[in-house]
Amino acid sequence: MKRQGFSALRLLTAGLSGQRSWQPQWRRCEPQASYDAIIVGGGGHGLGAAYYLAKEHKLTRIAVVEKGWIGGGNTGRNTTIIRSNYLFNESAALYDHALKLWEGLSQDLNYNVMYSPRGVMMLAHTVHDIQVFKRHIHANRCNGVDNEWLTREEAKAFCPPLNIESNIRYPVLGAALQRRGGTARHDAVAWGYARAADALGVDIIENCEVKGILRDANGAVEGLETTRGKIRTSKVGVSVAGHTSQIMSMAGVSLPLESFPLQALVSEPIKPIFPCVVMSNTVHAYISQSDKGELVIGAGTDAYTSYTQRGALHTNLHTIEAICELFPAFRRMRMLRNWGGIVDVTPDRSPIIAKTAVPGLYVNCGWGTGGFKATPGSAHVFAWTIARDEPHPINAPFTIERFRDGLLIDEAAAAAVAH
Amino acid sequence: MLLIHCPYCGDRPELEFSYGGQAHIARPTEPQTLSDGQWASYLYLRSNTRGIHAERWRHLRGCARFFNALRDTTNDRILATYRVGEQPPAVAETPP
Repeated sequence: MKRQGFSALRLLTAGLSGQRSWQPQWRRCEPQASYDAIIVGGGGHGLGAAYYLAKEHKLTRIAVVEKGWIGGGNTGRNTTIIRSNYLFNESAALYDHALKLWEGLSQDLNYNVMYSPRGVMMLAHTVHDIQVFKRHIHANRCNGVDNEWLTREEAKAFCPPLNIESNIRYPVLGAALQRRGGTARHDAVAWGYARAADALGVDIIENCEVKGILRDANGAVEGLETTRGKIRTSKVGVSVAGHTSQIMSMAGVSLPLESFPLQALVSEPIKPIFPCVVMSNTVHAYISQSDKGELVIGAGTDAYTSYTQRGALHTNLHTIEAICELFPAFRRMRMLRNWGGIVDVTPDRSPIIAKTAVPGLYVNCGWGTGGFKATPGSAHVFAWTIARDEPHPINAPFTIERFRDGLLIDEAAAAAVAH
Repeated sequence: MLLIHCPYCGDRPELEFSYGGQAHIARPTEPQTLSDGQWASYLYLRSNTRGIHAERWRHLRGCARFFNALRDTTNDRILATYRVGEQPPAVAETPP
């Protein structure tokens, strides 16, 4: 299945012929009777896992089944922030594995995912923030992850719209900057992985909802019951974010997850004004500017569990108030649209990428409010786990059993930050 | 924003309330007899129901009392609220 490669020359020649020579980027597939492995969930993590299964583990008969359309869930709903400045060794290893893959992803996939290491700046507003961020910076340095301290004047120089006056409720006292952090085009990540996986023979089956997980006499996975019929396989990788509890319950597996709506919003498009990503966990502001010119703003989760893919307006308002104080220039901007995604949150706010008690059933979940940044790394180690039936050293700590054994990767509580 | 019926104070906006998670989880009376797995289940496993979910709310900025609610997590409609100690009332699932 040779795909047209993308290059400057192709763009030029296609432009001269009225852009009519492009082919579909992936095939429209009917499910076959059986596969070596099936990934449930056609988001970035799932499509990426299928891609790495085909590319690095040489499985030849792989399918991705998706209830809706690919990239229509949280992959297309997040605020595209990428960073790896996590405190604990386990987290730093996982997220920095992803960041290293981001750096070469466009070349690897021959698809421009628009990874832009424009710098992620996390603002400190209190003495506690300063101490925590400096601790992060030292911990990161020990783990080979870049992160540096900026004074508030340096923060202002890095992000000119920032208000560093001391007359606001939570003045900016300084910031931690990860220069390798930044953004990527979220849709392109799904499309790029889909195209590259398809080129390696992966069947991408959209509009195919899983209705049951079939088990043999020993309890091992032997296939899936779907809205498009029965599909046989001995390996199923579940990568469905907010609906993980529902899919896993089909095999009797309970997971420590709760699903919450997480909202985001964008402004009307404006000329380039915002050169980086700014996060403030203390006042809950997450903001960057897309290449289209929209300010992309992340709001918080709603208080209660829900599957509605929407949330309350007051949750957005909370974030907007903080942004108006930090960036007074944006006060008169209009917001264009807002939306929600359903995120599955674990008790320690760290993901689960693991085998389950059911032979042949693997799960990649619990990314909570911060899964996009990890997409390539998560997909890569999940593919390894599925292919070898054992975790990659990087995801070995991210088990289900850690909750029973008291081995939490308690990043959220330790760092007092959102993800 | 949800309009929540506090069983003590009546209808109030969601901002007056805090969410308390899944309802009707009883703390084990003899924790020392539990295995690690059972204790982890008590601490961490939640139903994460898609559909009618029994959950705790607290009227924090009102009477400050806890109560329970039945909410359909597919459309966020609160179908009933009831006092702590009462049984959840029978409700019909609403279309999304």
